[in-house]
Amino acid sequence: MVQNADPKPLLEIKDLAITFSTPDGPVNAVRNANLTVMPGETVAIVGESGSGKSTTALAAIGLLPGNGEVSAGQILFDGEDISKASEKRFVELRGNHIGMVPQDPMSNLNPVWKIGFQVKETLKANGLAGNNPKQRVAQVLSDAGLPDAATRANQYPHEFSGGMRQRALIAIGLACRPRLLIADEPTSALDVTVQQQILDHLDTMTSELGTAVLLITHDLGLAAERAEKVIVMYKGQVVESGPALELLRNPQHPYTKRLINSAPSLAAQRGDKHELAVDQVAAQKTEPLLKISNLTKVFDIRRGFGRKDKFTAVDKVSFEIPKGTTTAVVGESGSGKSTIAQMVLNLLDATSGDIVFDGQAIGKLSERDLFKYRRRVQPIFQDPYGSLDPMYSIFRTIEEPLRIHGIGNQASREKKVKELLDQVSMPASTMHRFPNELSGGQRQRIAIARALALKPEMIVCDEAVSALDVLVQAQVLELLDELQRELGLTYLFITHDLAVVREIADNVCVMEHGQMVEQGTVDEIFENAKSDYTRNLLAAIPGASLI
Amino acid sequence: MPENQNPNPEAGLPIGKNRAGKISKYHIPHFVAPLDETPLQGVDAVKETGKPLSMWGEAWRSLRKRPLFIVSVILIVSVLVVAAFPSLFSSTDPTYCALENSNEGSRAGHPMGFNFQGCDVYARVIHGTRASLMVGVFTTLFVVILGGAIGALAGFYGGWLDIILARLGDIFFALPLILGAIIVMQLPAFRENRSVWTVIITLSIFGWPQVARITRGAVLEARNADFVKASRALGISRFNSLVRHVIPNAMAPVIVVATVNLGIYIVAESTLSFLGLGLPPDVMSWGNDIAAAQNQLRNNPMMLMWPALFLSLTVLSFIMLGDAVRDALDPKTRKGN
Repeated sequence: MVQNADPKPLLEIKDLAITFSTPDGPVNAVRNANLTVMPGETVAIVGESGSGKSTTALAAIGLLPGNGEVSAGQILFDGEDISKASEKRFVELRGNHIGMVPQDPMSNLNPVWKIGFQVKETLKANGLAGNNPKQRVAQVLSDAGLPDAATRANQYPHEFSGGMRQRALIAIGLACRPRLLIADEPTSALDVTVQQQILDHLDTMTSELGTAVLLITHDLGLAAERAEKVIVMYKGQVVESGPALELLRNPQHPYTKRLINSAPSLAAQRGDKHELAVDQVAAQKTEPLLKISNLTKVFDIRRGFGRKDKFTAVDKVSFEIPKGTTTAVVGESGSGKSTIAQMVLNLLDATSGDIVFDGQAIGKLSERDLFKYRRRVQPIFQDPYGSLDPMYSIFRTIEEPLRIHGIGNQASREKKVKELLDQVSMPASTMHRFPNELSGGQRQRIAIARALALKPEMIVCDEAVSALDVLVQAQVLELLDELQRELGLTYLFITHDLAVVREIADNVCVMEHGQMVEQGTVDEIFENAKSDYTRNLLAAIPGASLI
Repeated sequence: MPENQNPNPEAGLPIGKNRAGKISKYHIPHFVAPLDETPLQGVDAVKETGKPLSMWGEAWRSLRKRPLFIVSVILIVSVLVVAAFPSLFSSTDPTYCALENSNEGSRAGHPMGFNFQGCDVYARVIHGTRASLMVGVFTTLFVVILGGAIGALAGFYGGWLDIILARLGDIFFALPLILGAIIVMQLPAFRENRSVWTVIITLSIFGWPQVARITRGAVLEARNADFVKASRALGISRFNSLVRHVIPNAMAPVIVVATVNLGIYIVAESTLSFLGLGLPPDVMSWGNDIAAAQNQLRNNPMMLMWPALFLSLTVLSFIMLGDAVRDALDPKTRKGN
């Protein structure tokens, strides 16, 4: 249905350039950006962190940080150039003309005010509270899909789950029925199934209200699924834009191609998998390296005055990891998957059950045997900004395990550090740098080098790639895969992202509320999932139905 | 609080239908940027240019450009030099006092005039620097060692140790520094052996809880970092990971507070001396001189003004240094961002 007489676009950005003044001189965050949003349509901006996608959107609502300014080009909202509009004009526009749903549901609600008050504030600021604000607030919240809205309006943000907070933020963003809604990574912090429900609801609401949506996301699959038009940004420039499906199926720019090839959500659907899966059968015949049986962890939750509640984080979980293979433990937040990782690393004691590593039960190791065990099992953690000591140079970070275990002398350790850096494809000169000078992916590679220093047999990856951009994620996954082939490593891979599992794992364990729901080989799980829970998780991977 | 606190409203909602992608009513051109304008770069390439910089190196780079830092450092260095080598600055003997000069104004060789006893005010101010500064520096040192150790242990190990140490700190915290010091200085053991060291010990007794609290907070934050978990998984004992990883990462706020407090301890010493409880009268210090000048305020106000001016400048420069260091170490408080 292509109409030739296009109506006027709602938002039109022409040759936009945004410059930040920093102590080291001006930085061009965005250059030559062009985009149009038609009334009632959804446009997605896709890009990695630092690509300028959020900056572009923030400029459209006049919320650039103090040191940033529009240095060239126009932002036309309904024909009016707002690129240089006064703060007063923006205050008029925000809320009832342009709404916003921010990224982090945890920090964007004020913890000291009730949810209802925060919605009312928005309505009042735009003169829409009416005679009965309470009822109006309840209406707005229930429109956003919050059940029992009148009661919930009297609760505080900490009483809400992440998904409910995001609904409250959507309610605030849409409370004044804006014509344009800017949604900045609205569901990135949520589990996939919750993400799906929230985006479905947002879709329904905006199409009822006729609101246009500018959706900012790092997930190309999600963008293609939710938007009519996709804009790909790279290093502050628009590299490609076009109809969502066409762009996904027929990418032209090499960067877009690269993105599509790396996005796990899309790759998972294509059935890409690593080459190691071929010798999977052979691997399974070997003795299991790690054997977990009836593992249980119960936490005491203090309620004050000596009262305690029991909380079972891990409930009678059993699985085995054959030597040289990768087993992924998948589950949503609160499923107990990280608790398992911590128990395998012996950072937490199990309440009951056994963890047997190479024939040794690790719960009962003596101090000396535990020290030896540490050499054989090493972790890689999630947060690339927290896993390296900021006070230690890269050399000291990687050398530390060697020093602790008394391996080699100063000269041989330095040689070893260089070797390890080479193994994770980092130049030897990185040695003298500090973690604050490296990107997230680079830090994660340093963490891998540190884990490899002791020549471990097993590596526990606790959400090791979750915080990384897709391209960097693909690079780190490939590195892990290569190392497995070269060194015969065994991985216990903890993740919430089923899409990543398909790329790296041989066997999968699916967990829900501390219990093992299902386990099997990757193919069994992806092609023939037995439980509803797993099927829901699989279906919620964005872009699932597009390729 | 309602009872149905945590039902999961996300569960059981219908799963979407419109996930097959959307087709626009309008024509959308497929735009591809020319490759030469948008060259593709390597994924996550490592920056190899530029000098490597540690966190302290970065802080130093930002510090050395700050006027506040430069001014305070110049002042502090001069005060330190004066304290170490007072005879370089004044050849007059501060203990040579002639009553014929009593309350005389300034004249050649005696720029600040004479006090009631006929001693040279300039010489006394110069020679009094050492005692005041010693009290400040050593009190800060003791307070950081004692308070830092207690705070770090309490924060890192938690549990009963934390509760006991925190309550102990609260008891001392509840007593105002000066009031507590007045009482302790009256104890026979202190009264009979008055010296610079009794003042330092007294001020340390009441100063440590503040540093302990700050260290405890910083340690609590650092101990949950992944790099601490990683170090434990490498086989480091708990105590070693506290010493090697947690404490170095908790130092920044302690250093800031210590710098500011150094000035405050100098003031506290002067206050105690002014009240006749601090340094013994035979030790030359700004506080003692201010106390002596009190009686002569109407006849010779300058006698009070000079030591007071030096005291204020010294204290101010330490407080300014603390502010500058805080700005450099904690980017969040930087202005303009």
